[in-house]
Amino acid sequence: MPRIIETRRLTPVTKYFRIDAPLIAASAQPGQFVMLRVREGGERIPITIADYDRTAGILTIVVQEVGATTKRVCALEAGDEILDVAGPLGGQIEIPPGGHVCGVGGGFGSAALLCLMRELSTRGDRTTAILGARSKDLLILADELRAVCSSVEICTDDGSAGFKGFVTQRLAQLIAGDGPGRPDCVVAIGPMAMMRAVAETTRGPKVKTLVSMDPLMVDGTGMCGGCRVTVGGKAQFACVDGPCFDAHQVDFDVAMRRNKQYVREEKRAVERLACMAARELR
Amino acid sequence: MPVKRAEKTPMPVREPQQRAHDFREVNAGYTAFHAAFEAERCLRCQDPVCVDGCPVQIPIPDFIHLVAIGDMAGAAKILRAANPLPAICGRVCPQESQCEAECSMTGRFNPVAIGHLERYVADWERTQPAAAEAKITRKEKIAIIGAGPAGLVCAGELARLGYPATIYEALHAPGGVLRYGIPEFRLPKAVLDWEIGVLKTMGVQIVCNVIIGKTLTLDELFNRLGYAAVFIGTGAGLPQFLGIPGENLNGVMSANEFLTRINLMRAYEFPETDTPVRIGKRVAVIGAGNTAMDAVRTSLRMGAEEAMIVYRRSDREMSARIEEYHHAIEEGVKFHWLTNPLEILDDGSGWVDGLKCQQMKLGEPDASGRARPIPISGSEFVLPAENVILAIGTTPNPLLTRTTSGLLTNKKGCLVADEQTGLTSKSLVFAGGDAVTGTATVILAAGAGKRAAQAMHEALASRN
Repeated sequence: MPRIIETRRLTPVTKYFRIDAPLIAASAQPGQFVMLRVREGGERIPITIADYDRTAGILTIVVQEVGATTKRVCALEAGDEILDVAGPLGGQIEIPPGGHVCGVGGGFGSAALLCLMRELSTRGDRTTAILGARSKDLLILADELRAVCSSVEICTDDGSAGFKGFVTQRLAQLIAGDGPGRPDCVVAIGPMAMMRAVAETTRGPKVKTLVSMDPLMVDGTGMCGGCRVTVGGKAQFACVDGPCFDAHQVDFDVAMRRNKQYVREEKRAVERLACMAARELR
Repeated sequence: MPVKRAEKTPMPVREPQQRAHDFREVNAGYTAFHAAFEAERCLRCQDPVCVDGCPVQIPIPDFIHLVAIGDMAGAAKILRAANPLPAICGRVCPQESQCEAECSMTGRFNPVAIGHLERYVADWERTQPAAAEAKITRKEKIAIIGAGPAGLVCAGELARLGYPATIYEALHAPGGVLRYGIPEFRLPKAVLDWEIGVLKTMGVQIVCNVIIGKTLTLDELFNRLGYAAVFIGTGAGLPQFLGIPGENLNGVMSANEFLTRINLMRAYEFPETDTPVRIGKRVAVIGAGNTAMDAVRTSLRMGAEEAMIVYRRSDREMSARIEEYHHAIEEGVKFHWLTNPLEILDDGSGWVDGLKCQQMKLGEPDASGRARPIPISGSEFVLPAENVILAIGTTPNPLLTRTTSGLLTNKKGCLVADEQTGLTSKSLVFAGGDAVTGTATVILAAGAGKRAAQAMHEALASRN
């Protein structure tokens, strides 16, 4: 059971973890994910790999509290063990070298850009990260990304930092030639609505765009088909054929609808967790 | 009440309407009286053809004779020497097409209930203190990929031969289909855990959460970790979909997804457990194999008022184990034979509303040897349903072969391996079970694991 070496609260709902996982750290590639389980009877959930230190054998992930299981994960501290961590799963991101790559991170999605941008910069690509959040306090890993990218563009809905507006608006300006200029390839990671909006922004100007899909998953190893995403009219499994796909081929409407299949049960699980926590405090 | 010699001693079974609403085991198991009574039916033939019908060649008349005279320990020893999973096989083997089909009583009378007797002896063994011991004497380490029946049996056999064997399992718990596929009411997980416990006592190591091909490559098992040989038992876990319209509607699942949520993730205990599964009033399961029977009977237990099998051929072409079919009928499963699914219908909000089907009739046999179904034009109708579960077959998961060089597969993605030894196209790499044959049975996988272990032993011995 892998031990947590370090944790850091990034925002009231996101937490950063460095985990002792030498085998995973040795073979992880940008774009891949791990499946976590934190208790007996617990769910398996997919979490994108934010970074890896192959020498130290450390895996870095960032988890956002969206439901019962992610809340349980974020309650863990340094020294705690995670019951099951399996990976690295999924395919690695393939981008032809030598161009200008723009990573667009929405909320917790910025974490997943970290190792990608680092590897691309190391091999000599020009890298820009566009990070978006509702306000300044909800931005994550901006400094870490500044350390590895050629440039970082901040976007906040309320204008408390950087460009006032959505990441898609800033991206459109870059495509038009502003700032770091038009990218050759865009990688968007974040809420599905955001990834869909990025796909629409780049479709007209024909900028190649990859998105990291996060459908509901059960095993994550290709055996159940629960994570199927329609890409170019064909069903692909996000856990083995993805999780990154050509954004202009993805059917986001179906993906967003399928992600809502268990909303009632998810709400029930969160309420139950809150009840149990309240009972413990009394 | 005396039972005629011609008939099998019936297996005590729970009442259908009660058992269809919980996950407790359906068959209660023979008592000592039933077992002795049934064992006496065995004629102890000069030429026991039943043994040839068994994929692992259990010396059937020998163990049955010991049951008849009350020597359970002796019977258990005979069973375990041939098959390290007797409590499982006694429950899930399709005896009607294996040992019992060959029994010389079959035809004129009922065969001897070999399966029920195997189960009885194995269950007796579970009540005894553990007898197994580790006798790991050799230096060559063997790596097994996949903790399903093929891998478990291969590892057990290697441990018996004195080799240190380590099984790498991708999921968080071992067992493969035994854990995620076969429901609790057919194979209680306590039984599986006990059988795996015996293997661990024999010296087998199991490491979970390691996906060979991702966490470690197969080549790294040799080069970095120093294994002398590798056995691949990765199964056939990739679910097939029909490609009909509506397959992505909410409420449509592969049987693998449904059963994995229920069996591996214990969704039937939600919200005490965290993985949910949503089953509506009416469930249509497409297919008629064991997986389809498991899915449709599980649907009843998850509260479906109407659980249906939809199959384009007839019951004669059905491939499910005959006992499961009878149990399904008793539990109230509805069967729509000669019915072909055409389209899954939307209720307007992205959820399943029904399954549009057409009637079929049977024609000449096709490539699979079974009668070819032919559509009857103008026969379309709709089966109202809230869920559609696809149990139309699985193929080998390509994860390992996509990431390993030198492993030949056939057109269906199955590993090419020698039928006798399991040797693949890669030196000192062996394979068996569904990964080689495509979807088959637990016992065939066990047999392949056993033969491969012997072949690996001979290959390593001849090297020294």
